Amino acid sequence: MSTTAATSTTTGTASSAVRRLPGTLRLGLVRGGVELLQFVRERDSMVFGFAYPIIMLAIFSTVFGDDDPAVSNGVSVSFAQYFLPGMIATGVMLSTYQTLAMSIAVERDDGTLKRLRATPLPATSYFLGKVFLSLVTVLAQTALLLAVAALAFDVPLPDDVGHWITFAWVFVLGTAAGAVCGVAYSSVPRSGRSASAVVVTPLLVLQFTSGVFFPVTQLPGWMLDLSSIFPLKWIAQGMRSVFLPESFAAAEPAGSWQHGATAAVLAAWLVVALVVGTRTFRWRRHDDG
Amino acid sequence: MQTSGSQAVRVRGLRKRYGNARTGFKDAVAGLDLDVAHGEIVAVLGPNGAGKTTTVEILEGFRDRDDGDVAVLGEDPKEAGRAWRARIGVVMQDSRDLSELTVLEKVRSTAAAYPDSRDPAEVIAAVGLAEKARSRTRGLSGGQRRRLDVALGIVGRPELLFLDEPTTGFDPEARRSFWDLVTGLRDDGTTILLTTHYLDEAAQLADRVIVVRDGVVVAEGTPESLGGPGARTPVVAWDDGGTRRTERTDRPTAAVARLIAAAGPDGEVPGLSVTRPTLEDVYLSLIGENPTDTEEAA
Repeated sequence: MSTTAATSTTTGTASSAVRRLPGTLRLGLVRGGVELLQFVRERDSMVFGFAYPIIMLAIFSTVFGDDDPAVSNGVSVSFAQYFLPGMIATGVMLSTYQTLAMSIAVERDDGTLKRLRATPLPATSYFLGKVFLSLVTVLAQTALLLAVAALAFDVPLPDDVGHWITFAWVFVLGTAAGAVCGVAYSSVPRSGRSASAVVVTPLLVLQFTSGVFFPVTQLPGWMLDLSSIFPLKWIAQGMRSVFLPESFAAAEPAGSWQHGATAAVLAAWLVVALVVGTRTFRWRRHDDG
Repeated sequence: MQTSGSQAVRVRGLRKRYGNARTGFKDAVAGLDLDVAHGEIVAVLGPNGAGKTTTVEILEGFRDRDDGDVAVLGEDPKEAGRAWRARIGVVMQDSRDLSELTVLEKVRSTAAAYPDSRDPAEVIAAVGLAEKARSRTRGLSGGQRRRLDVALGIVGRPELLFLDEPTTGFDPEARRSFWDLVTGLRDDGTTILLTTHYLDEAAQLADRVIVVRDGVVVAEGTPESLGGPGARTPVVAWDDGGTRRTERTDRPTAAVARLIAAAGPDGEVPGLSVTRPTLEDVYLSLIGENPTDTEEAA
């Protein structure tokens, strides 16, 4: 102890070699465990973030049932099938963007971030923990959505590899873009109390204007153009290309699934939000010096 | 374990200014010097708004300074990295972060970030929270919450510990046991920089006391010598036909004898008292002796 202390007081940088700091990845896992533990114990976030798309799918599919099937080029699908892709897309944004933006804003406001800053925890480990939670919840959420859709509402799931490959890249890209957007957006709410309104409202509006609740063809052109700037519309469209018959591509505004544009927009959000997020991230509140 | 000539904390000419051109500027810290030797406990005293917390937060690396030289464990907090953070412990003034984690989970996950942490269960016991180890932190009382803050601050086995008004909200018994804890940390070789409102706390714990007012050090010394030798001169007081009279003297017994002799046949001196100024009296005279700019600070 005495020799270590003496060495480290004279040469600060050498002390890192003398007493090895725990690895960033290992601490990321520790943080991930902490995040998951907090998440499952906070019941309101469980209900509103996690179960929301599943509840919406169940309610809408039950209410509208079979009496209003969606039709395109003579092929009709049940309401549940039409609704499923939008709810998967919503779930992705809820579990990533909404959960991260709100939890980081609240943790900045209540001093959790400042306290973590006082420890040798690397910032990367903190974010790894957040992303870990997002991944776990979005995977569980999507799996539940698919199970409910298939078992309770007889939605046929794709049985070929091609569709599932599309599902995988849209899902991964959407999750990644949503997560970094959440981190970047967390600096926007000025206090923890305003966080839920500031974070939830834009996403709620986008759910209506991105073709999640009703077909995009029913929307005015300008509204759709505006929504097309944001990731939700593209995740929903990508998911429709997975779970709807090929003939429904004609019902899209562009008349096709636009896989190239989907990948481009989501990747652009990923990069831009990453740059903005790393530049604007603050450990302390706006009013704290 | 001390390295000769190197201080745990060395501050010269520290300045920090708040405000803007419209509302006017205020120097929260106005040229402050501070030294803390390794293994020492230094208490920083001062009224609210004296610049204590600003100074401490600059030393902790939370705030940037406008001017001055700062070295904490040989490094500039502004540029110091993880290895440096592993060597300091921070107990902040206001912590409102409550979570669904238990005390043990919180201490354990914090300990994981340090290369040479203390045993979480031992630390929890040391701050008197053993019974609450498996309780959620959201349900802790204010005093328990504060003790958890201390546990989180020391679990990394810091060489230098910052305690910013650590016992606010403690009951007297909890304060006593906290003092024992701090004394134990000092015996382990931990250097401690403490800010406090409580004079008895400073007297009890500190090797050296520094009084800060309006962002500068106005006095410095051991709790016994603070304010200089004249500050502790006893005061003899008595009533003289309705008026209270006082006399500061190094020879109070002689003064009382004189009063008795002058008192008349029964030798009774009305309202006689002999008092020695406490640390609190000295402190109050230090921060109140030249009351300036109070309206500006408000």
